[in-house]
Amino acid sequence: MKVTKRLSAMLSNNMYAELAKRNLKRQSVRTVLAAIGIIIGVIAISSMGILGNSLKLSVTESFADIGDKLIVSPAPGEDYITDRQIDQIRKVSNVESIIPVSASGEAIEYRDGGTEYQMYVSVYDIEKEDLEKLVELEDGRFFKPGSTDCVVGYSVADNMELTLGQKIEIDDTKLRVVGILKERGMGFDISTDTGVFTSSEMYEKLYPDEDEGYDQAIIIVRDIDEIDAVSDEIEERINKKDELVTVFATNMITDSLDDVFSSISLFLMGIGSISLLVAGVSILNVMLMSTMERTKEIGIMKAVGASRKDILKMFLLEALFLGVVASTAGAVITISGSYLVMELLVKNTSYLFTLSSMFYVTEGFFFGIATSLVGGMYPAWKASRMKPLDALRYE
Amino acid sequence: MQQSKSSPGSIKKKKTATSAKYGKAVKKRLSKTHPIVQLQNVKRIYTLGENKIYALNGVSFAIKKGDFVTIMGSSGSGKSTLLNMIGCLDLPTSGKVKVNNVDLSKLDDDGLTAIRRNNIGFIFQQFNLIPTLTALENVEIPMIFNGESSAKRRKKALAMLKKADLPLEYADHKPNEMSGGQQQRVAIARALANNPPILLADEPTGNLDTKTGHNIMELLRELNAAGTTVIVVTHDPKVEEYAHTTIRIQDGEIIG
Repeated sequence: MKVTKRLSAMLSNNMYAELAKRNLKRQSVRTVLAAIGIIIGVIAISSMGILGNSLKLSVTESFADIGDKLIVSPAPGEDYITDRQIDQIRKVSNVESIIPVSASGEAIEYRDGGTEYQMYVSVYDIEKEDLEKLVELEDGRFFKPGSTDCVVGYSVADNMELTLGQKIEIDDTKLRVVGILKERGMGFDISTDTGVFTSSEMYEKLYPDEDEGYDQAIIIVRDIDEIDAVSDEIEERINKKDELVTVFATNMITDSLDDVFSSISLFLMGIGSISLLVAGVSILNVMLMSTMERTKEIGIMKAVGASRKDILKMFLLEALFLGVVASTAGAVITISGSYLVMELLVKNTSYLFTLSSMFYVTEGFFFGIATSLVGGMYPAWKASRMKPLDALRYE
Repeated sequence: MQQSKSSPGSIKKKKTATSAKYGKAVKKRLSKTHPIVQLQNVKRIYTLGENKIYALNGVSFAIKKGDFVTIMGSSGSGKSTLLNMIGCLDLPTSGKVKVNNVDLSKLDDDGLTAIRRNNIGFIFQQFNLIPTLTALENVEIPMIFNGESSAKRRKKALAMLKKADLPLEYADHKPNEMSGGQQQRVAIARALANNPPILLADEPTGNLDTKTGHNIMELLRELNAAGTTVIVVTHDPKVEEYAHTTIRIQDGEIIG
């Protein structure tokens, strides 16, 4: 509080600001060169930060189902998740719902006039109510139990140019497409985009041998903070004697992704800060030259009543001015430059205007100012320590 | 310091104290008249390698409030060192300097700055104006350090420039756009900025032609008549004519 109060008093006492401005103008070429150093540093830090952040965003965005889910699959050597195991899981506290999943890889066909499409997909047997919890419809409706209806994933519809009402073939059995799902991206539970979902009756008809159990069970937990406890409890209940199931928490992947990307960001920003370090040295140099040149003026100032603090203030304000102006320029250039690059190269600027990307710009901005102040500190201190008499005699 | 000079139009004063007699009795008498500057056995020794140079070698004197004093001496005599002592720019190796009854040896850097800011106005031979600032802003500088508000500063600075007889159209000129005489007037206005009781001038006419120099000295005399104590260091006998009191110094010692 005290500092901001003083600072505002200092700025309103506009002669200090005026002096700083004029002194910077006096050696305009040198000032501009020093400013360029800061600008480059700010750009380096913030654009590296944005780069790392955009990378992270684009990767995490492709993992759609991260978060509140546990995936229980048969342990190595086991074939199925049994009904008994599902019942055991039901007893675990904090479980919102259990979605048993049966799936088979299959090649499907679709004929449209003379054109024949073929695609390898996963055929799923998930109850309609459960499916609604996992996916969203882009178009149409979910299948009716017992019908020959099916719902297809986004990529299936896209690749085979399917529309509602058309029929796909699986081993000569025809399924009518009644719904198309929204694109969801990569998942750890089910491959939604390349999936075909149909009723249990239909699935049994297609795969009559697979009625011993399920391929996996998706557990949605009530409270995301309890996810580890739920996971432990499931293992405890089912894997008491033998390793029967594997429990995978999807949030594990976010954690490790976060780790990886924060190290990448840190590394990139480290590269950026080297340039800021160089800028700091150039500020130091500029300000040192400036104090040398103005030795006599400092002497005069002291003779007419400037205290050490006054001199310190004057020089630090100069450095602050330089830092603020250059950092602002750096931030503006970074934002507009990144916008241009993203617009031209990836045609998607949404990652730029996120809070986290803006955070890196802000960080670069403040690092720029801090560098300038640190660079100005020694010269300012040196100037303030000059003996007035020696300074006055300096020619 | 028995040297007494009467300049044309000035009040005649007679100094009686001698440097030889300058002891307890004199001190007592001076304290009655409130000396504004007081030096007691001041020595300033510079060490150059193994040689010791006595810039000042046991100088004692006192200056009364409202006096007009010239310190005369050839170059290297120690007169500038003396002025720097009074101006709190330099401290004695030994001895005591008192300004406005404050012992300078007891002050730290900030204390000296405060004394300088509130008690002393400097006028230099080289004018020493800040080249980036206008005449008006140059005068404002000491007031900034004194923490005065910008509106008050501007008003006061204009008044000071007027007092120093600078034509007002020069107020927004930079130093390099003014003549030497004008610059010295700005410097005088600056020296007056915080209403100091003491003006210290180091060869104020040294860089000016005779006529301008005369005008500047007249200005100093007016300021002195208004109550400011003026101390001028010079080697110019013409300047001496304006003073009430002259202190002559040679080889770091007062000779009269």
